[in-house]
Amino acid sequence: MHIGSPAKPIVKVGDEVRRGELIAEATGFVSSPVFASIPGKVTAISDVDHPLGKKSPAIEITFHGQDEEENSYYMPDLGEWQKLSKEDLLKRVQEAGVVGRGGASFPTHVKLTPPPDKKIDTLIINGAECEPYLTADHRLMLERAEEFLTGTAIVMRILEVSKAYVGIEKNKPDAIRVVQKKIKELNMAGIKVIPLETKYPQGGEKQLIYAITKRVVPSGGLPMDAGAVVQNVGTAHSVYKAVVRGKSLCYRVVTVTGCCVKKPGNYIIPVGVPIREVLEYADTDMASVKKVLLGGPMMGIALASLEAPIIKSTSGILVLSKTTPSIQEHNCINCGACVEACPIHLIPSHLSKYVRKNRFDDAENHNVLDCIECGSCAYSCPSKINLVHDIRLGKNRVIAKRKKEQ
Amino acid sequence: MGEEQKLLHISSSPHIRDNSSVPNIMRDVIIALLPALAAGVYFFGMRALIVTIVAVATSMLTEQIITTKMLKRTSPLGDMSAIVTGLLLAFNLPVSIPLPLVAVGAVFAIGVAKWTFGGLGYNFINPALAGRAFLLSSSMAYMTGAAFRATGTFGKVPVSLSGIPQESAQEIADKTGLAVDAISQATPLAALGSIVEKAHFPVLELQDAFANLFWGNVGGVIGETSVFALLLGGGYLLWRRVIGFGIPLTYIGVTFLLFWIFNGIEGASLLSSAALTIPFYHILSGGLILGAFFMATDMVTCPITLKGQIIFAIGCGVFTFIIRRFGGYPEGVSYSILLMNLLTPLIDRYVRPTVYGTKGGKA
Repeated sequence: MHIGSPAKPIVKVGDEVRRGELIAEATGFVSSPVFASIPGKVTAISDVDHPLGKKSPAIEITFHGQDEEENSYYMPDLGEWQKLSKEDLLKRVQEAGVVGRGGASFPTHVKLTPPPDKKIDTLIINGAECEPYLTADHRLMLERAEEFLTGTAIVMRILEVSKAYVGIEKNKPDAIRVVQKKIKELNMAGIKVIPLETKYPQGGEKQLIYAITKRVVPSGGLPMDAGAVVQNVGTAHSVYKAVVRGKSLCYRVVTVTGCCVKKPGNYIIPVGVPIREVLEYADTDMASVKKVLLGGPMMGIALASLEAPIIKSTSGILVLSKTTPSIQEHNCINCGACVEACPIHLIPSHLSKYVRKNRFDDAENHNVLDCIECGSCAYSCPSKINLVHDIRLGKNRVIAKRKKEQ
Repeated sequence: MGEEQKLLHISSSPHIRDNSSVPNIMRDVIIALLPALAAGVYFFGMRALIVTIVAVATSMLTEQIITTKMLKRTSPLGDMSAIVTGLLLAFNLPVSIPLPLVAVGAVFAIGVAKWTFGGLGYNFINPALAGRAFLLSSSMAYMTGAAFRATGTFGKVPVSLSGIPQESAQEIADKTGLAVDAISQATPLAALGSIVEKAHFPVLELQDAFANLFWGNVGGVIGETSVFALLLGGGYLLWRRVIGFGIPLTYIGVTFLLFWIFNGIEGASLLSSAALTIPFYHILSGGLILGAFFMATDMVTCPITLKGQIIFAIGCGVFTFIIRRFGGYPEGVSYSILLMNLLTPLIDRYVRPTVYGTKGGKA
């Protein structure tokens, strides 16, 4: 489940599928196909718990126990990618089901097809990974540098840009060194590593674009309005896998960590594995688990059910033994910590107050829709007010109102 | 899994918080006020401590009764804001004020200025200053003039209540014909008002008072006299990031600037020592340092944005100048801050930071 229309299953219960085989078709342009991530038999097509809280139709596959390599499906070899046209490259990206790996899982082929009136001249690869605890991108950059850089070059080709920047926070000096070395080794002209200030939320695309190019994305706009396209390093890596190795999007690197996890680390996990199995595999003390987050502690989503599966955008599983935040909120003391913390320069305290008083028009006029939900405001609030929660409600209502008016 | 599947805790992100809290902030303010309290006791004697204790205890008791007995809520005393109000109220009172009046001031500060509006976060004026203003209007005799007699700890008597050393005070008396008694009863600003402006006092001799004003060897209310102790506390608050530089620097700066330009000395060039003496004398006296670091910076009653806070501090400086120069009060700080507190909601309504992505906004 991601932005865009859901995929439609093309298999039935009882079918045998190979790893990497298409099991659900994309429906429409802003949509992405789904693939079997393990070889096995389709045992059910039903609604299961989705990490985001609701139920979602899913295809359940039970593993056969047979050798993975023999039962894997690869897409046809395209030969040297440099010889392909940008349309062919784009088609492969689409058919392989590549979506954004940064958390939003926006279908990549859509992002790489900006409308003709938007002039793109810069590609930014997001290696910031500013969320605490998450290190999946860090490891990817260290261990698969050549692969994701090749993916970057492919994307540059698709977008027809000559400049790409890889933004890496300065708290990953080894990654900066390794990637810079690889770029020199592979003679990749046009790709440059930019070390970034280690400051949350440096990885937010608006902040990243400004830090690297000093351009500002207009309110209500997208990166393409600033002439840039931003892709996570994982996405660039998936592009490489799709184009060069013929591998459809079936698995991803996930940081599994937290207080009760006895074997924390970055795991390569097939998409679709239930979270419970992942935690048990990582030797988690299930009795002390109070809260499980998908993603990092600042913007991650709290899970309601451990039966929910890893999805294409899961970057981390974080286990907490404390039920933060506490329910106890105090009055706003007007201290301004939230104002200082907000990277978009909003006044979160005021927005929260408007929403709690149902003054959604006021919230709209005070730019509530510009909030990137990074959580910096609520993090710094001494009264422990759930500012982001209120702002989310505000955004929800404003968007609903706008839809109704259309 | 079995039926007793444990429920997972869910909430909106973010799922972590930093360790700032209201009690932590209040605790830092209390620590920052301790040097000034020590100075007050040193220069004014043990009674200063007793006034402080009465103020703090009454504040806490009033808050406890209002919340648990009248409003039937849990006691908010744990956030320590009542202690801070009690301390600041005491610091704004003269040492010889009758103790029942201290209690009355505290009840007004906590009960009226704070709790009629809903408690911490809802008050629109600084409760301690409101308490002081109430006492000033209702019991002026106990708040001014002769109230500033002082016998310091260890039997010390301040060199003279205005800070101007006794020898100079005698010379002044000889030169101007004013009785020595009248001079030594005045606080620094009163001295300035009566001596300089009325008797054409040689301004440069005011500089003799600077050292006394800085260390606190002068008359005044309990907490305002030792600039040194107050700066220590102010520095602590800045270091702990409880307050920012915006309000204190702007308030003191604007006051200094206005008294420098409009120093009231005929024919003196701005760069002359005489012209500079006036603004320095002003910022060292009258509780300006106390006000700029501890009262104007009260978070609830000052604007939430930096731009707003600077405007607020400029307003405080302007009003302080106007009241001191043209008004009857040698004070000015408390009323300036109270007036600007009233304007804070207006400032917050119209002064907003430039949102990223809108005209002029940057990340």
